[in-house]
Amino acid sequence: MTASLATLSLPNPVLTASGCAAAGRELHQFFDVAALGAVVTKSIMTRPRSGRATPRMAETPSGMLNSIGLQGPGIDSFIENDLAWLAAHGARTVVSIAGGHTDEYVEITRKLNGNAAVSMLEVNISCPNVESRGQVFACDVHASSRVIGAVRRAADPALPVFAKLSPDVTDITLIARACADAGADGFSLINTLLGMVIDTDTMAPALGGVTGGLSGPAIRPVALRCVWQVHQKLPSYPIIGMGGIRCGLDALQFILAGASAVSVGTAVFGDPSAPVRVLAELEAALDARGFASLAGAVGYAHRAPEHRLGPDAPQAAAS
Amino acid sequence: MSNPVQETAEIFAVARVGEYVQFTVVAPGVAAGFLPGHFVAVGVGGENTSMLLRRAFALYGATPSGQFAGTVQFIVAAHGPGTRWLLQRSAGETLDLVGPLGTPFPMPSGPAPAVLVGGGYGTAPLIPLANALLAAGSPVEMIVGASTASRLFGELVAKRTIGAVTVTTDDGSAGVHGRVTDVLPDAIRGVNAEVVYACGPMPMLRAVGDVARTHAIHAQVAVEEAMACGIGVCMTCVLPVRGDDGASRFLRSCVEGPVFDADRVRWADVGSLPDDLVGADAMAWH
Repeated sequence: MTASLATLSLPNPVLTASGCAAAGRELHQFFDVAALGAVVTKSIMTRPRSGRATPRMAETPSGMLNSIGLQGPGIDSFIENDLAWLAAHGARTVVSIAGGHTDEYVEITRKLNGNAAVSMLEVNISCPNVESRGQVFACDVHASSRVIGAVRRAADPALPVFAKLSPDVTDITLIARACADAGADGFSLINTLLGMVIDTDTMAPALGGVTGGLSGPAIRPVALRCVWQVHQKLPSYPIIGMGGIRCGLDALQFILAGASAVSVGTAVFGDPSAPVRVLAELEAALDARGFASLAGAVGYAHRAPEHRLGPDAPQAAAS
Repeated sequence: MSNPVQETAEIFAVARVGEYVQFTVVAPGVAAGFLPGHFVAVGVGGENTSMLLRRAFALYGATPSGQFAGTVQFIVAAHGPGTRWLLQRSAGETLDLVGPLGTPFPMPSGPAPAVLVGGGYGTAPLIPLANALLAAGSPVEMIVGASTASRLFGELVAKRTIGAVTVTTDDGSAGVHGRVTDVLPDAIRGVNAEVVYACGPMPMLRAVGDVARTHAIHAQVAVEEAMACGIGVCMTCVLPVRGDDGASRFLRSCVEGPVFDADRVRWADVGSLPDDLVGADAMAWH
């Protein structure tokens, strides 16, 4: 079930989600990381980062809030240890990169250039922009465009660059358009939604960082809507869909909305082998609907009713 | 790593013990790799639950072979909706378990006198530890404490295992009126302890560490931190811990812990971000 993401071809369309798989090592205890389409690594920055104070997590209805603060070893240690481990275990790797200003994204990109272990860059632009009083890049058309343009110019031309967008904007298609114009090869949709919980015993915010990113099935309809809208406006750009995918039919919704691949994120915390289970369930679901290839299902729900053949037409995928 | 497995485990028995409930479940893969200090992460709420995150419980015991082969035991207390769901389960139903998880208690290289200190149901992982220490020829003293008598756990099992146990309660409703640390110095001197092991609430672990330090011995303590995944992926359960190189980092209590050398944990900084932590300087605007 080959998945096609710009110039990158993956053996299947199920990936991990950034921040929900670390760098693959822990999940490899439960399944072979090479069996996935790719491992998407936790966003890496230039320097080692401590992350935020605890508490960093709060469970919410069908979801969770996290406020980790991108704790990580920095790009040099990541390349030496994590990326090398992923390559040695045959995993295809999408490296998620993050920065506080454009130069940091460029610096990380240059360090990854020429490294055969990297299959794609996913640019996490849901970070505060140090040069703009901490405003999140992904919430501003110009800042998003500037970072994506700079990464695209700095990256190895053969390496696909995907922009990971935030749903916390008025019109996500405007940000997507700006990133596309700046050279993005595709999109990862969506990052977490900003939320908060107040502990009614302490009567204070439950998270050390006050606010946190909401993930899990609670955000799935929002994520699906974003994939739908961006695919509608920019149908030629591949999308990795994510947000609360827990089973094969959840993944199928994203494919039908226009995603060419999916990432399984928060579900991993409850079920460490969720990515391989979702893959098997998605394959069965596509098969049951008569799709001979994944490509035939991508964006299928956008078709006009007369071109949508429905479950009783097994040749649905042929057209 | 602890070579964890994910298993659908049938509940063999559910038994009330004071304010707690003891689960015995059939999980041969978890039982096979068990060492004292390991924990399990248990799914709650059933297949379509809105509670996505597993609940972590220290293992009270495991029986890899013989009668009841392949069973493990853990203790549950009612905290919130997830544990309340667990407490409504009965024998014959199944649970989704991941384990064994974490880094177990380090064992002395030879026979070494030890004092074990349990607070509330934190006594649970100390019972298999006591058995392992006794089997290695180490003299063991045990202190079991709680706020009140009904919150004690394991005092009878401890007495049967070791021969004697010192009980403390904050309100004096059982045993010595006071805290575990009030009787710890005598216990350390009595057995000429070379190491203290403890499991219980954070303030108790910190206090146990302080007493051990005044006696120039180490305290190995198992912490309870809120976890999302239990397997080292999510980075939510971190504590500030000083490393061999003298530098402090946020370490995951699910993988690098739950057992830490009490002297290495920066107790006063739990819940904050100390400036000298590795990578704290990179946290501007975050």
